[in-house]
Amino acid sequence: MVPLSWYLVLSAILFALGISAFLIKRNIITIFMSIELMLNAVNLSFVAFANHWHKLSGQVFVFFVMVVAAAEAAVGLAIIIAVFRARETLNVDRVNLLKL
Amino acid sequence: MLHQVLFIVFGAICVAGAINLVAQRHPINSALSLVVVMGSLALIYLLLGAEFVAAVQVIVYAGAIMVLFVFVIMLLNAGAEERTQGSRIAVLIGGPGVAVLTGVIVWTVMRNSQQFGGVLIGSMVEQGQDNTHGIANLLFKDFLLPFEVTSVLILIAIMGAVVLAARKESV
Repeated sequence: MVPLSWYLVLSAILFALGISAFLIKRNIITIFMSIELMLNAVNLSFVAFANHWHKLSGQVFVFFVMVVAAAEAAVGLAIIIAVFRARETLNVDRVNLLKL
Repeated sequence: MLHQVLFIVFGAICVAGAINLVAQRHPINSALSLVVVMGSLALIYLLLGAEFVAAVQVIVYAGAIMVLFVFVIMLLNAGAEERTQGSRIAVLIGGPGVAVLTGVIVWTVMRNSQQFGGVLIGSMVEQGQDNTHGIANLLFKDFLLPFEVTSVLILIAIMGAVVLAARKESV
């Protein structure tokens, strides 16, 4: 038997690593991947609490999070392609002007 | 005992993959370590008795979304990222901040660990109803409206992605 708190601690660690990747990374694609990592960490919390309360609603929420993440990835990567076409760079520090 | 060993092994793989995502400088290496994180998270979902979520995690996340990421990395021919002044400031201020935040969360969770209880393998299996069956019942009865709304959301997202990624001349 594994304490539920271990799962929550693992989720917190993954979320923190996602935040730090979001802060440290300068490549726009890697920043986007760290958002996916944070979503995964939250999903782990959802599933752990679904197990704790013996309710499947938590797993349905995970399903919705995954659907929204898939939609978000499609739109986000399209935006990244558009930014790369306009700026010829993926470094967020060089994407600092609203107009070209 | 076996449950704890499996949890520690897959949790360690998860954290190692996430650390590798931060440490690697080439986006393709970060993407592949994110696949490792998602795969071992799917196994942790199995330990929690969420078979459907584990399968969807592998198919949708490790399959579809990460293929999209790798495709874009290769399409844009992304090289190793360059470190700038901004990233040094982020490491100096963000690193301790994130460490403090994680410490507070971990301390709070571990202090109230007794109230949470434990997780047993197979504890989610209800009498005569498997995991996927139960989720389908919820999804198509209680959550029918959100389910339909997400389908509209995906349709809008697909059209938005096509419009955003299209070349300006062809629009």
